[in-house]
Amino acid sequence: MAKKSIGPVRREFSPWENPEHPPFIEFRNVTKKFGDFTAVKNLSLKIYEKEFFALLGGSGCGKTTLMRMLAGFETPTSGQIFLDGQDLAGIPPYRRPSNMMFQSYALFPHMNVAKNIAFGLKQDNMPAADIEARVQEMLQLTKLEQFAKRKPHQLSGGQRQRVALARSLAKRPKVLLLDEPLGALDRKLREETQFELMNLQEELKMTFLIVTHDQEEAMTVADRIAVMDKGELVQVATPAEIYEAPNSKFVADFIGDVNLIEAKVAGKSEAGTKMVSVTDGFAIECDQVTEATVGETVWYAIRPEKVRIAQGDTEHGKVNEIGGVVWDIAYLGDVSIIHSKVGEDDNDTIRATFANISRMVENPINWDDKVVLTFDRDAGVILTR
Amino acid sequence: MTRGPTWFNITSLVLGFSFLYLPIVLLVIYSFNDSRLVTVWGGFSTKWYASLLQNDQLLDAAWVTLRVAFTSATIATVLGTLAALVLVRSGRFIGRSLFSGMIFAPLVMPEVILGLSLLLLFVAMDTARGFWTVMLAHTTFAMCYVAVVVQSRLVGFDKSVEEAAEDLGCPPVKTFFLITLPIILPGVIAGWMLAFTLSLDDLVIASFTTGPGATTLPMKIYSQVRLGVTPEINAVCTILVGLVTIGVIAASLVTKRQHAQRERDERAAFGADG
Repeated sequence: MAKKSIGPVRREFSPWENPEHPPFIEFRNVTKKFGDFTAVKNLSLKIYEKEFFALLGGSGCGKTTLMRMLAGFETPTSGQIFLDGQDLAGIPPYRRPSNMMFQSYALFPHMNVAKNIAFGLKQDNMPAADIEARVQEMLQLTKLEQFAKRKPHQLSGGQRQRVALARSLAKRPKVLLLDEPLGALDRKLREETQFELMNLQEELKMTFLIVTHDQEEAMTVADRIAVMDKGELVQVATPAEIYEAPNSKFVADFIGDVNLIEAKVAGKSEAGTKMVSVTDGFAIECDQVTEATVGETVWYAIRPEKVRIAQGDTEHGKVNEIGGVVWDIAYLGDVSIIHSKVGEDDNDTIRATFANISRMVENPINWDDKVVLTFDRDAGVILTR
Repeated sequence: MTRGPTWFNITSLVLGFSFLYLPIVLLVIYSFNDSRLVTVWGGFSTKWYASLLQNDQLLDAAWVTLRVAFTSATIATVLGTLAALVLVRSGRFIGRSLFSGMIFAPLVMPEVILGLSLLLLFVAMDTARGFWTVMLAHTTFAMCYVAVVVQSRLVGFDKSVEEAAEDLGCPPVKTFFLITLPIILPGVIAGWMLAFTLSLDDLVIASFTTGPGATTLPMKIYSQVRLGVTPEINAVCTILVGLVTIGVIAASLVTKRQHAQRERDERAAFGADG
């Protein structure tokens, strides 16, 4: 049997697995307080050269503050930030080798597209001919050639976004910071732009740091994701690890959809862990060996797409098999989500999704049908926090 | 639901506008009066405009007024813009509310008190009163109007635009001149024009702070009127009213056209994208 690994591999790139590899950006015990409010709590993080790194979290989790400290717009209350081996303390934003793409785009309203892009280059006293060439290159890269003479208010949202991107890339910064760059775009355009960003990053071989609250966006573009909550890092890992092996209820719940089943550890061995659901008493067995002791209450997190659903009856007490009644069906086109009631309480449901792989179904699952939910021994993870 | 104008509405409109503009219309009409007597119509004539050009005293006063208005408006615009920047930008500092209250106090302070206090100051400083004292006094009270106008422009200002400039390597002072100032320029110009107009027609403060050789036009008009209104005064006033009207109409036309142009551009941009 082949060795199993988590998720697909986007590209062969994993400097974070080598502890000797020097980090490109390093936050060392960084704390930021605004009055009584602590936005970032004693945070340490290493980001590597040419990495596409995403800071992901809800609003107010400190992700933007962290990025603004790197750009120089906020000063850490304590701790240090290093970029390419250099301590950034005391260096003003205009001398930092990073450029930022702002959430509001922050285009200069009184300058046309070409002048917006050229602005940063002019600050470096680049010769006029070189500026002209670089601006042309950026216009081409972002497909804005025919808009060069337009003012920002004469552009659509998607075009403005591309101007902002071109302007922040024009100086070839060591690090490109992207603050919710695609938030204002509609879904189709956002997805297109995500892939464009990934291609750009590989082409230009720069380090990208993106701040976003959109988990799909982070998973699409990033090599690694840091999930933040209340000013702290909850988990830093690849998108696949974050999704398939979350380290906490918070991460499991924040990324994608999950069934969290409260369960008591009934026994553990090298082969795995046995659990019994607290509310309904069904048996769960899992390959994972938990650090929790027997008798302790844990959460068994299982993604809806990893729960198989079929019409039928089951005996109570079978391992990894739960009987239920269909409570709600959401048809989303590509998949359907079925909520099955597995206990007495109306909220005691388990969600299962299945792909609608054929257009016609002979005997579709219907409301109030009796169903059996099954899952594999390695389908879920045991969480203790 | 809108209905056509009712008699009540029309009557209120006519009454309101008559109340506002009848005196000015009379003044304009009588400036073309052939008769020497201001209140008796003696036929149409433009001779008072011609004789105005011969009146050196009035022309001198007009020249002084323009110089005072121009200088004081310029200085007030610089100071008022700085004050507005501090009030909007520096966040909370100790004494901020006191400071913002104090900068707006001259807006509601009686002019007589302002004029008197400035006079006392100039006397205490033993300054010769004249052009410079009037100019300084006008700067003092025009500055707070500029601050109000610029502040309203700054409140809607997206600070990340400045941050973007700094992020791209532009030091703060340069950012102010390259980015901030051009964006708030309409507010600054409006403030300057307001300050200019205020200085142009101020009588009370100028009377308190002026000295020999620095008589402004409003003071000249006022002192002449006390000796009896001449049609020449009517002519001066008509020219002033005309200038102000042209200025106001021009300013509003420019803003309106800019606004319309901008809306068209935005519609075109979004239409093309959709």
